[in-house]
Amino acid sequence: MNQYPLWKYLLVLGIFLLGVLYSVPNLFPEDMAVQISPRGENTLNAETLQTIQKTLQQESIPYKQLTQLESGDVLIRFYDGVQQLKADDVLKSLLGDGDTVALNLASTTPRWMQALGANPMKLGLDLRGGVHFLLAVDVDSLLKSRVEGDVRALGADFRRESIRYTRLAQGPHKTILVNFRDRNTLEKAVALVKRDFPELLLKTYGEGEEYGITAEFSPQAILKAQEDAVDQTTEVLRKRINALGIAEPMIQRQGASRISVDLPGVQDTARAKDILGGTATVEFHLMDTEHDASQVAATGVPFGDKLYEFEGRPVLLKNQSILSGTSITSAASDMGQDGRPSVDIRLGGGGEAMFYRITGENVGKPLATVYIETVMEPAQGNEAKGPLVAKKTERIINIATIQSALPNSFQITGLKDPKEASDLALLLKSGALPAPISIIEESTVGPSLGQANIEKGMRSLVVGLAFILLFMMMYYRLFGVFADVALVFNLVLLVAVLSILGMTLTLPGIAGVILTVGMAIDANVLICERIREELRHGVSPQAAIKAGYERALPTIVDSNVTTLIAGVALYGVGSGAIRGFAVTLCLGLLCSMFTAITGSRALVNWIYGGRSVKKLSIGI
Amino acid sequence: MEFFKPNTHVDFMGLRKYAAFLSILLCLASFIVLGIKGLNWGLEFTGGTEVRLFFKEAPDLGQVRTQLEKAGFTHLTVQNYGTTHAVLIRIRGYQNLQKKVLSDEMMAVLPGSELQSVDYIGPQVGKELATDGALALFIALLGTAIYVGLRFESRFAVSAAVSLLHDPIIILGFFSYFQMEFDLISLAAILTVIGYSLNDTIVVFDRVRENFRKYRKETPSEIINLSVNQTLSRTIITSGLTLFAVLALFFFGGETLHGFATAFIIGILVGTYSSIYVAGALAVALGLNRKNFLPPQQDSSLERP
Repeated sequence: MNQYPLWKYLLVLGIFLLGVLYSVPNLFPEDMAVQISPRGENTLNAETLQTIQKTLQQESIPYKQLTQLESGDVLIRFYDGVQQLKADDVLKSLLGDGDTVALNLASTTPRWMQALGANPMKLGLDLRGGVHFLLAVDVDSLLKSRVEGDVRALGADFRRESIRYTRLAQGPHKTILVNFRDRNTLEKAVALVKRDFPELLLKTYGEGEEYGITAEFSPQAILKAQEDAVDQTTEVLRKRINALGIAEPMIQRQGASRISVDLPGVQDTARAKDILGGTATVEFHLMDTEHDASQVAATGVPFGDKLYEFEGRPVLLKNQSILSGTSITSAASDMGQDGRPSVDIRLGGGGEAMFYRITGENVGKPLATVYIETVMEPAQGNEAKGPLVAKKTERIINIATIQSALPNSFQITGLKDPKEASDLALLLKSGALPAPISIIEESTVGPSLGQANIEKGMRSLVVGLAFILLFMMMYYRLFGVFADVALVFNLVLLVAVLSILGMTLTLPGIAGVILTVGMAIDANVLICERIREELRHGVSPQAAIKAGYERALPTIVDSNVTTLIAGVALYGVGSGAIRGFAVTLCLGLLCSMFTAITGSRALVNWIYGGRSVKKLSIGI
Repeated sequence: MEFFKPNTHVDFMGLRKYAAFLSILLCLASFIVLGIKGLNWGLEFTGGTEVRLFFKEAPDLGQVRTQLEKAGFTHLTVQNYGTTHAVLIRIRGYQNLQKKVLSDEMMAVLPGSELQSVDYIGPQVGKELATDGALALFIALLGTAIYVGLRFESRFAVSAAVSLLHDPIIILGFFSYFQMEFDLISLAAILTVIGYSLNDTIVVFDRVRENFRKYRKETPSEIINLSVNQTLSRTIITSGLTLFAVLALFFFGGETLHGFATAFIIGILVGTYSSIYVAGALAVALGLNRKNFLPPQQDSSLERP
């Protein structure tokens, strides 16, 4: 009685060993490191390396190791995050703009484990320090601008098909209103709109003199616009963050129209925000040389023109841009020939042919580069309260005479400083955001707080676990030891599963682990109590073991299922950290059902099974 | 070692009138306190900005406050957290992108401080969270009640649901009375308590079902008494061990997890009590009897109202 077939023992042992393999990497914490990537094809020479070492010594920043990787990059490992950040600052100012200095995390897990896919869990921001943003994509304003665009397109369409309308305007709640004089025209118009604008839902009405269409976006079209906008925004953000050189950023969609961005190690939120929400772009406009800009005050701005100011004098530009930022495929900041900041630009994606043609037709005429930026500002003054409104600023950064038709690569000059140049290059390169975004949640965790949180979490886990292990051993004797082994097995398995799933460990996650430890022991308590009860009723030891496990099983399952239901509900509310807690709790319970029932049973069977036992060591 | 020699014979059901009185009293008190004082909602729910600073020398909170007010910050709360060196400054209401500047200014006004963390939550997030939280609470209650109804008996489901409601109400009352900050992770604790407290209840119910089938002569009240006594040892040991794990969290886990640990400690205490008294006693009061647990073929005749 109470014997497992050999395969079952081997299965339990096998799962245990796998658990150990995939949980052990967590004992090798990642080193806080700084990675230096030399620009272009060069490698850092020995001299630079020496300078780096000397500088770190001078600043008395101790480091663990300095290695040159195969790629030519240099990786410097530090003892903690504070030193890492200090070194990052120092090295950035030492090496300047030429080489990329980026924060990184260097794995210390042995190579062979990494080859098997065994990696440690990532640490959440609360354990590691960094910045978290929750961004809301403003889909509404995107839809509004689409309505504007559709009104224009509809007008053009009607004119082309010579359908006469009496009114074409934007209505309330993102609708388009069109009126016609008779039913015939209305029907023609409806057929046309249905063909050319399938995303619009039409409502028609008409009697007497009034015939009209009220059009709005279909729910599918709105959903699709939202999906596309959020996906595109995520993509653009990813590019921008990569360009900032941040190790292991987490960019995740959250809910319908939100994006959560975690930037570990980053402390400078201002810079991160500038880049994330940045909307800087450029447009090229021809200058209107037929009108005199200085007379505008008297005559008014001529039709099709817009008034700007450049170097203190008024300038008139043609409204129609001949090239916009969307046609730019790559951009790099540089110091121009005269040593002033500039951005090298390469065109592609459609706009370049027209640009070449138009500049070719206008040789000898002045061309202006307009820098456009949308900044979110408080509506009333500089009070720190109140809603933010988008404010668009445009300024001419340079006017040059077209010497010849411009090819698909050239240079923009006239930027204020190198920072503006490099930000502009980054934003042009990563593409424009399809819709405005706003930051609705933000948190910064200092690196020292993260370290303290890890220590606190670990200490609670060790104290809680130690007490439970000791108590079980004293109260249930050998069966307590079985339960203890099962509990440790459960912990190992849970950590392994979390690591394999690539979960991010947060402080609430650690709380989940501790709670799981407390709750997982319940299954073994139930089993032991049941066995004791059977023994008290005079059942033989072997039969008591069997009955104890069998009778406790439905109770264990029932009680765990209800906690799982609560866990799933919790996952539903959850953002980030709370989800981590819910997942940890649910997985912990699932693991515990295996370890407490099958795992501990394997031990019991192994020790007691298949022989005559007079007394069980279960504390009575 | 045994804490409960073979079996205890406490007459739990005999005490049920007092228990009912106590439960109703506690719930009413909680409602009244909640009505008067309300909850001290955490940042996640209210929206606003929280800055945590660490001072090398313990600062005078009043002075910190005046300095900040002089610098133009309004609607502040300034308090210590953890140690006297750590200061939490909270600014309620709507804050915007100027926040970085804000914390810089704060640091400038308060020399000798080190920035630990800054959190900003927009107001729309908070509102959604409160709705989502209430929804999750509802789903958890409904889901577990349905499960208990399917696995056991509808009277059990009702009494389990009532005992489940009982626990969060008392926890919330406690949070309100002591004006402890109720943050997102405390809400997580309450939801988990629902699952956890049901653990105990189900263990008792399981035994009740078994005993109804085993013993023929005893009254429902006696069966429940017996079942609670039989499972008492397990209930106390499990609750004690979980309680210890959570106490470790309370004492060593730091400020962030205080709300969580507190909610859970109360949850374990109240939950253990409620699964012993409320769930069982209520099932009896609702007219639970042996027929509800007879084998299925006779069960069909019982489906009349």
